[in-house]
Amino acid sequence: MLNYWVQNPTNAPYSPTYLAAGLRLPTNGLDYTILAIYFVVVLGIGFAARRSVKTSLDFFLSGRSLPAWITGLAFISANLAATEILGMAANSAQYGAYTVHWYWIGAIPAMVFLGLVMMPFYYGSKVRSVPEMLLLRFDRAAHLLSSILFAFAAILIAGVNLYALAIVVEALLGWPQWVAIVVAGAFVLAYITLGGLSSAIYNEVLQFFVILAALIPLSVLGLKKVGGWDGLVDKLTATHGHNFTTAWGGTGIGSANPLGANWLTIVLGLGFVLSFGYWTTNFAEVQRALSAKNLSAAQRTPLIAAYPKIFIVFLVMIPGLVAAALVPNIGTAKSGLQYNDAIPYLMSQLLPNGVLGIAVTGLLAAFMAGMAANVSSFNTVFTTDIWAKYVVKGREDGYYVRFGRLITAIGVCASVGTAFLASSFSNIMSYLQTLFSFFNVPMFVVFIVGMFWKRASAKSGFWGLLAGTVTAMVNYFVLYKKDIIAIPSDQGANFVSAIAGFVAGAVVMVIVSLFTAPKPEAELAGLVYGTSSPGMAEAPAPGDEAWYRRPALLGWGAVVLAALCYIPFSF
Amino acid sequence: MTDDFGRPERTGFHYSEQDVQREVTELEGRSATAARIFDLRRIIGGLFVVYGIIVTITGITDSQAEIDKAQGININLWTGIGMLLLGVFFLVWLWLRPTPPPVPPAEEAE
Repeated sequence: MLNYWVQNPTNAPYSPTYLAAGLRLPTNGLDYTILAIYFVVVLGIGFAARRSVKTSLDFFLSGRSLPAWITGLAFISANLAATEILGMAANSAQYGAYTVHWYWIGAIPAMVFLGLVMMPFYYGSKVRSVPEMLLLRFDRAAHLLSSILFAFAAILIAGVNLYALAIVVEALLGWPQWVAIVVAGAFVLAYITLGGLSSAIYNEVLQFFVILAALIPLSVLGLKKVGGWDGLVDKLTATHGHNFTTAWGGTGIGSANPLGANWLTIVLGLGFVLSFGYWTTNFAEVQRALSAKNLSAAQRTPLIAAYPKIFIVFLVMIPGLVAAALVPNIGTAKSGLQYNDAIPYLMSQLLPNGVLGIAVTGLLAAFMAGMAANVSSFNTVFTTDIWAKYVVKGREDGYYVRFGRLITAIGVCASVGTAFLASSFSNIMSYLQTLFSFFNVPMFVVFIVGMFWKRASAKSGFWGLLAGTVTAMVNYFVLYKKDIIAIPSDQGANFVSAIAGFVAGAVVMVIVSLFTAPKPEAELAGLVYGTSSPGMAEAPAPGDEAWYRRPALLGWGAVVLAALCYIPFSF
Repeated sequence: MTDDFGRPERTGFHYSEQDVQREVTELEGRSATAARIFDLRRIIGGLFVVYGIIVTITGITDSQAEIDKAQGININLWTGIGMLLLGVFFLVWLWLRPTPPPVPPAEEAE
């Protein structure tokens, strides 16, 4: 079980495992036609978006001009990569209804916080990336450290997405792994190099609808097969016990459950630290909001995304639970199926040609979108934060567009390299991902302390970031892996590591701030809570006063809805 | 490392919020995305109408074996109709609220 590990919302340390043989789908020419149409449209979007790229801002942030519904759906789609879809279905087959925590408490509050509290600072200060925000609030050391770590993590995760795609495609369609890696890499390379972030975002929105068209029929047929929701619950209660279909059953402190976490570590570790770290400071997500056309649209980006996020859990959890009900020993050698196989297994059992083609297209699209989100955030950070600020400074804007295209190509080639590396060292890759997953948490501490405490000094950012990262890693790799402290599962250990990293980062920031000079008040305008910058005073666009576009209403509505969703799963 | 030629506003190591504001505002003035990007609704609408037609026709011509595989539901027909409706929705939305004409560029634009 150590090898198999999926986890969200820290950009899914997902170790792709070989899918069981015998999952080969009965695809035919019709399914391949549907797939081919999609690939043509993807490329078409790239070519058509090309003429909109004139400045570096167009290439890296779509000129800050997209409407909220597009950035909002891209925001959810960048997260709804195939590793997340297969992984969360696997999570449900393994742990049951606990999966809802990754959505309702592990995503919604953080997304609402990003939209209502943080976005005015991000968007209003006109920064082009998350590390650039650290440069303004703290200093170059914090900026460089976060930029380099982010760039490495993005390439690594893009590579893992590619590798996961290759395994799935090999199992389902019978293509050799290298063919899938090269073909998918080439398409992503083509459309991002041509159209920049706009074509990445447009393709993400398209992918969102295709994946819904794949998952909805699958969930409906799955439920029908096990006799509806009641039949599903009865079957699972008989084989897995009552707690398997509840959200909180067995999470009392001291009681054992398969997740290895109690309600406190779920709320603090997953719901607060990990989820806020991922949703509010992961640039692959935040970038989508920064490309919105005005502050109101930027604020609404994560809020619009929150509503589909509340309900998508059913589309990944139901197939996972159905697979667990149909194959009670899934995940063991006896069944020949792994948890990751839940969705492919149901696809092969239930979908006729036609919808099957849509489902295959949706999965491939989701893999490519997951990779593209990482590549398009990598090229932005590498160009505007590393290259333009430390290496080749002060060149004309056209130079940075050309460099952005070049680094996109290099980034995709590096991801292809990581994908091939992953195929020979998949264990090491999952370790590396875990390592980087700890990076979001300290980043969040540094943001939150810097944003709410104006005394936090310029130097405290770097040291807080470093201390938080090291503490989370020591807790996980030394204390947990060497059995110095007893935590029953990887998931549980991850929650505890996140909390430890958060506390250590905050403590170090306070100590360093007390011994170093504060930043002058004038340099903090628009960066610390309670101050404002010129960009935040922007007048709302016509029509933005409509009640359904008010960020506060949208945000609190999502929180209330998520809380209500817990009720049927709490008893 | 090159010098900060052409960007005298950056002094020493400090890169302030004003620098970012100025740089990004200037780039926003010259940005072409708002004026030249195509409307995504047309693409989503077109693709889903095409997919909807293909899958609906498949559903109409499906044999009993396919329907049995899908638990007695003609899933191709229903999914096809659903996709067709989504595609039509986007096209109607585009027709009722066409792409707004691009906002004239700010006065400092080239």
